[in-house]
Amino acid sequence: MSVVALSNVNMTFNSSSANKTVALKEINLTIEPGEFISLIGPSGCGKSTLLRLVGDLIKPTAGDILVNGKSAHQARLDQDYGMVFQAPVLFEWRSIIKNVMLPLELRGYSRTDQQKRARELLALVELNGFENHYPWQLSGGMQQRAAIARALAIQPKLLLMDEPFGALDEMTREYMNLELHKIWQETQTTIIFVTHSIPEAVFLSTRIVVMSARPGEILHITNVDLPVPRGEHTREEAAYFETETEVREWLRAAKQK
Amino acid sequence: MKHVKQNLPAILLFIVALVIWEGTVRLLSIQKFLLPAPSVIWTSFRENFDRLTYIGWFTTREALGGFAIGCSTGILVALATSRWTLASETLMPFAIAANSVPIIAFAPILNNWFGIDNPLSKMMIVAVIVFFPMMINTVRGLTLIDPAALELMRSYAASEFTILRKLRLPNALPYMFNAFKVAATLSMIGAVVSEYFGGNRSALGVFITQEAAQFRFQNSWAAIIIACVVGLVFYLVILGLERLAIPWHSSLRAQQS
Ligand SMILES: Nc1ncnc2c1ncn2[C@@H]1O[C@H](COP(=O)(O)OP(=O)(O)OP(=O)(O)O)[C@@H](O)[C@H]1O
Ligand SMILES: [Mg+2]
Repeated sequence: MSVVALSNVNMTFNSSSANKTVALKEINLTIEPGEFISLIGPSGCGKSTLLRLVGDLIKPTAGDILVNGKSAHQARLDQDYGMVFQAPVLFEWRSIIKNVMLPLELRGYSRTDQQKRARELLALVELNGFENHYPWQLSGGMQQRAAIARALAIQPKLLLMDEPFGALDEMTREYMNLELHKIWQETQTTIIFVTHSIPEAVFLSTRIVVMSARPGEILHITNVDLPVPRGEHTREEAAYFETETEVREWLRAAKQK
Repeated sequence: MKHVKQNLPAILLFIVALVIWEGTVRLLSIQKFLLPAPSVIWTSFRENFDRLTYIGWFTTREALGGFAIGCSTGILVALATSRWTLASETLMPFAIAANSVPIIAFAPILNNWFGIDNPLSKMMIVAVIVFFPMMINTVRGLTLIDPAALELMRSYAASEFTILRKLRLPNALPYMFNAFKVAATLSMIGAVVSEYFGGNRSALGVFITQEAAQFRFQNSWAAIIIACVVGLVFYLVILGLERLAIPWHSSLRAQQS
């Protein structure tokens, strides 16, 4: 059974008013368990919208969305997925550790379990020592890492990540890419990942979905045939460069459309 | 020490103002009923100390009672209406309009309803005065929420009640403290002014009008100063509670570290 199945999905915002926006047009995409799918495309082409639709945070204008064989709505109620938003969305009244504990708290974990798990995750995203800081005392990139820790807290089988590393410097980004790759392998989580970075998409993905400028359509899907586990060596392989070039060319076509 | 240093200019200004006041009154030999000198007020204060503290406490209780009734109903109505968007959207324009009505004008009518001698009549006036700012601010705090934060909670399939507890209420606290500060000041003014329309013999407002009617203006002044001090103390208490309750809020961050 596929984890996500989108068939003929259309999304139009403010369809009745004058400033109506056709964000997505006829999206068909099936994602199998354990896949790592990157969405790449020009700004405003509907990548965030697509993630929101899968997460049942908005309803499609037309089309069907199945998550784990259920309606997207049921999947949300069952908390089948974890989400990292484009902005960190941390609660300013909670310390960093309390922010990471939030989903665990809502699921009724014991206080000690919440703390233990949150500490582990903060160490994973290299935020140990900042447990009791407040969000505004952290840089943008650090806040985003806290948001990632929060999304991983409930060990979801499906992770929706909207440009999670956009605010990070190159070195931290590469480190986070490696960590995310490890997490993906160890937990066999299915991940849908929005990014603007071609190297990042190639390094992480099993498939890369290139979307065209608005109205967002799937222009091309590139298979990434790089062996796993990937590491520093991956970035030197010939296949890595070939895939990068392929995606770059499709992206160029996407912008020109 | 730091506090003394910070407030030194204010303290100095206060002393200088007192000296100028005293000096002007003496030099120009201004009549006592026009403006008594600070030293004269001080003498009156010492001579009538027992009576002044007694009536001060009487009116303070009215203010506190009205504050409690008005704020709690304001919060309850806000909670009830913000639960149903339609209800709060219908009520808000009325609340905002009512907020600009000089409610004190209704004092004689409430005196008539609850009994002119009864402290409850003053409490009700104070309650009505503080109700509107309290309700309006609480509704704002409960509804002006980062849409992404609401999406986050929805991604956890959180119930409306959980969203209220974990997101809406903490978000509303800074707004509510602003309302508490306004209400603290208004409640003392409301209590004293409503007593100008008649009230118990041991009320501050009644004392002020009666002493003025008998040309003992220095006593009126002493009582007015009591009202000012109580109002100020009330305000400062709220300010202190605010620091304890929402140290994370941006308005308080600068004062930390
Ligand atoms: N809630 C909304 N109401 C109206 N229009 C919206 C809404 N959300 C998104 N849109 C529109 O839909 C289009 C796609 O937006 P979306 O946020 O999905 O783009 P994106 O691909 O994530 O862009 P970026 O890379 O800049 O994050 C945009 O034209 C945007 O204006
Ligand atoms: Mg986006």
